[in-house]
Amino acid sequence: MSANGYEEFEAVVVGCGPGGAAAAARLADHGVETLVLERGVEAGSKNVSGGLIYGEKSAPYTAEELFPGFREEAAERPVTETYIHNVAGDRVKSYDLTDIHEHDTAWCEAVLRRKMDSWLEKRVHERTSETGGGVLTDVRVNGLLRENGEIVGVTCDELDPIRAELIVAADGVNSELARDAGLMDWEEPEEWFQGVKAVVDVEPGEIEDRFALGEDEGLAHLFSGDLFEGVRGGGFLYTNESSLSIGTVFHLDSLVERRAEPHELLDALLTHPLLAQWLDADYDEREYAAKLVPDSKKVALKEPYADRLVVVGDAAGQMQAQGPIIKGMNHAVTAGALAADAFAVTRGNADPEAAGRRYATMLEESGTMSKLRPRRYELARTVGERDLVTRAVEGVLDSPVGRLALGNRLADRALERAYNSPYLVSMLPDTRTGYVTVPTIVGEQHGRPVTWENEVEPPELIDRIGDLTYDTDVGNPHIELLDESFEASGAAVYACPVSAEGFGGGCYRAETVRTNGGEETLVSLDTQPCVECGTCAVVADTDWEHPRGGKGVEYRQG
Amino acid sequence: MRSVVLTKGVPDFSEGAVSFNEEGHLERGKTPTVMNPNDEFALEAALQTRVRHGGNVSVMSMGPPGYKSVLGEAMESVYADDLYLLSDRACAAADTWATAITLSAALEKYQEELADVDLLFAGFKTADGETGHTGPQTAWCMEWPMVTHVVALDIDPDERTLRAKRLVEGDVDEIETVEAELPCLVVPDPEFEPTYRKASHRLEHKRLRAETSERAEEYEELLTMWDHKDMNLDPDYIGLDGSPTIVAGVDPIPKAPSEREATMIEPDDEAAMGELLDELRPYAAGD
Ligand SMILES: Cc1cc2nc3c(=O)[nH]c(=O)nc-3n(C[C@H](O)[C@H](O)[C@H](O)COP(=O)(O)OP(=O)(O)OC[C@H]3O[C@@H](n4cnc5c(N)ncnc54)[C@H](O)[C@@H]3O)c2cc1C
Ligand code: SF4
Repeated sequence: MSANGYEEFEAVVVGCGPGGAAAAARLADHGVETLVLERGVEAGSKNVSGGLIYGEKSAPYTAEELFPGFREEAAERPVTETYIHNVAGDRVKSYDLTDIHEHDTAWCEAVLRRKMDSWLEKRVHERTSETGGGVLTDVRVNGLLRENGEIVGVTCDELDPIRAELIVAADGVNSELARDAGLMDWEEPEEWFQGVKAVVDVEPGEIEDRFALGEDEGLAHLFSGDLFEGVRGGGFLYTNESSLSIGTVFHLDSLVERRAEPHELLDALLTHPLLAQWLDADYDEREYAAKLVPDSKKVALKEPYADRLVVVGDAAGQMQAQGPIIKGMNHAVTAGALAADAFAVTRGNADPEAAGRRYATMLEESGTMSKLRPRRYELARTVGERDLVTRAVEGVLDSPVGRLALGNRLADRALERAYNSPYLVSMLPDTRTGYVTVPTIVGEQHGRPVTWENEVEPPELIDRIGDLTYDTDVGNPHIELLDESFEASGAAVYACPVSAEGFGGGCYRAETVRTNGGEETLVSLDTQPCVECGTCAVVADTDWEHPRGGKGVEYRQG
Repeated sequence: MRSVVLTKGVPDFSEGAVSFNEEGHLERGKTPTVMNPNDEFALEAALQTRVRHGGNVSVMSMGPPGYKSVLGEAMESVYADDLYLLSDRACAAADTWATAITLSAALEKYQEELADVDLLFAGFKTADGETGHTGPQTAWCMEWPMVTHVVALDIDPDERTLRAKRLVEGDVDEIETVEAELPCLVVPDPEFEPTYRKASHRLEHKRLRAETSERAEEYEELLTMWDHKDMNLDPDYIGLDGSPTIVAGVDPIPKAPSEREATMIEPDDEAAMGELLDELRPYAAGD
């Protein structure tokens, strides 16, 4: 108890994903009394990833080092082969990406988040209990506690305010704490990706047959080209123990611009002839899920702290898209552990920002920051993303000359090498060129036609929603639509992964109403089917919060 | 705070478990015995007290030796530090009065051997007898005050008082706040919600829950059995002999007569389905 009657812990960690788990475990290692607050009914019940978690050779921490037994008990399958498929219509050119996959990789495992995070939660609870703390689920932190303008703790829906010497915001993308601290805003679609995923059931033992794998082997397939209506981004397929994770990750601004429906883009991947070799008519989707993903190149915080608050993982934008390879979980683990170490070395320092500053230095010195915000990208971006340049390059590429250049044999080998170059891949500007044009031309020029018949019938959106588990906070919607006009909020009708134009069972709907002057299209919102992906916080005019602890969607797979 | 929770085993009335004979009488032998569902709220209230103020929660029941598992269930499903079963042939067929005599004798023995009781909790009526008498009669024997229909409970250990919100006449719309001195009987209402607004309380709750479910695996080691001699009770005042209630008979509730006539139609029978749709059509049109 502190002087003014608030409960007090030495450290409070908000969120029990990989970032929060690493921070809390490391804090406990340092003997710090640590309370972890997680809004889900169990850690992982709110989380989605693709998901391949990497143990990087160059990283100061990995999940396995921090949590011995992680790979064996919390993960699905190691990734032993990686391919990228460049698609142009039904022509496909595949490259082996094993080189870039293995670059700096000590190990890589496919994971399902409910299993992984709930496993971490147990370990974290055991370790933090030993230093007087523990993990509490069903608790949503709703803001920062301030005294004389200085951040000193957190406020919650379910608990009285709590003071702490250190507050770790590990609350993921759409971090309400980072926003409250003024470190993040949710304004620019260019700064985010949207990920959508289906977990597909496969009979035990079948994975080995269908993918020609041994028991302890797994595959990663990546997809790019013209199968996504020109939206910038790509698809993935990862093998789990007895399921597949199949999904897409797109630049949010591109989704909005093209008015694409995320679930239809996922279906385009699921039903492409190429996937017929792995999926059959018995397609059985366990779960449909979606979440925003920050683009570290643009939003990774250079100073991820304010007063006693340190921000780690997605909350700090530390999510690296290395071309088609996505690394968020590993960086969240590193950042969480470094933040804990920073607190340990500055403990007792009178300056409230001592831990934060130390943490930022450690992110720099460990090389983490230069992975998240590569300098060469910042340089390349200034020229690469200018519309004019893009259009000129696209023009050349698409011309007979360009096609000839990309289409010749030498180019083929050069391209495979280019895809495998971490240097080039991290520099790829966020234009159509890298995501759509080049892969499409590669597919056309080098690809062979794939004519397998794909018999998959993906579920309708209404069934996907129907199969999810919700505990709706009746009468207490967590998102408020501030501007109903189509100009302000209409993008959500398309971009929301559980809404679609002309579909009445989703979150967002557009309706044309008569006004005395004529007609107007208005947007309405029903949060019941919401999967809390965060998209409409950015693309619509809303007052956006997470639901109360334990309420809302509950993922079983993640 | 030292709490004792009174619980009772009742036939499992849930779907699939309960068994009735042809006359509609309950077949006790074929129906498993479970903890009276309403006792869960009493246990939750006792656990809340334990979490907030520390102490001990004992769970007590009168019944045949087979009720051991009911006490085990109390320990597993909510919480208990230790268990007491008052079991004796002489106690058989007791009504609520004879039961209260037995329970109060057990409480006296408990206080002599262990420590004074601060709070007695009882469930809001049992699923089989539905009288709701036993708790209050026990409190009367002990000369303790009682508060029933409790939906929220706060204890002041220093003042040795409690403050409770209770439903007036069992009505959710009317809630009064009452105070009572300890020791006191508290009967939580099914609307009772334990509240934990402190993180430290939630952590303690989580710790105690984990502990109790672990303990429950070997609950018999924490279970004490007392017979009438242990409790110094005269067999004439307990069991059937000590029960003033005479059950004259039990009538099954007759099924409400239905005035409507039902016609069964096979969904494949097109002609009959057609007729059905014709019948429905006027309603669909809103006539
Ligand atoms: C489709 C998709 C594919 C992806 N693929 C990959 C991949 O292959 N590899 C990879 O490394 N990364 C991938 N990512 C990114 C990865 O999931 C994230 O980078 C990672 O989960 C970030 O970890 P974190 O601990 O920062 O946040 P999270 O894992 O999001 O955890 C945040 C936690 O905080 C909790 N929380 C949030 N707000 C509150 C609150 N107010 N109060 C209490 N608790 C709160 C949440 O419930 C959650 O448990 C993918 C993401 C998506 C959406
Ligand atoms: S309503 Fe908003 S947060 Fe919810 S699923 Fe749709 S876009 Fe995502």
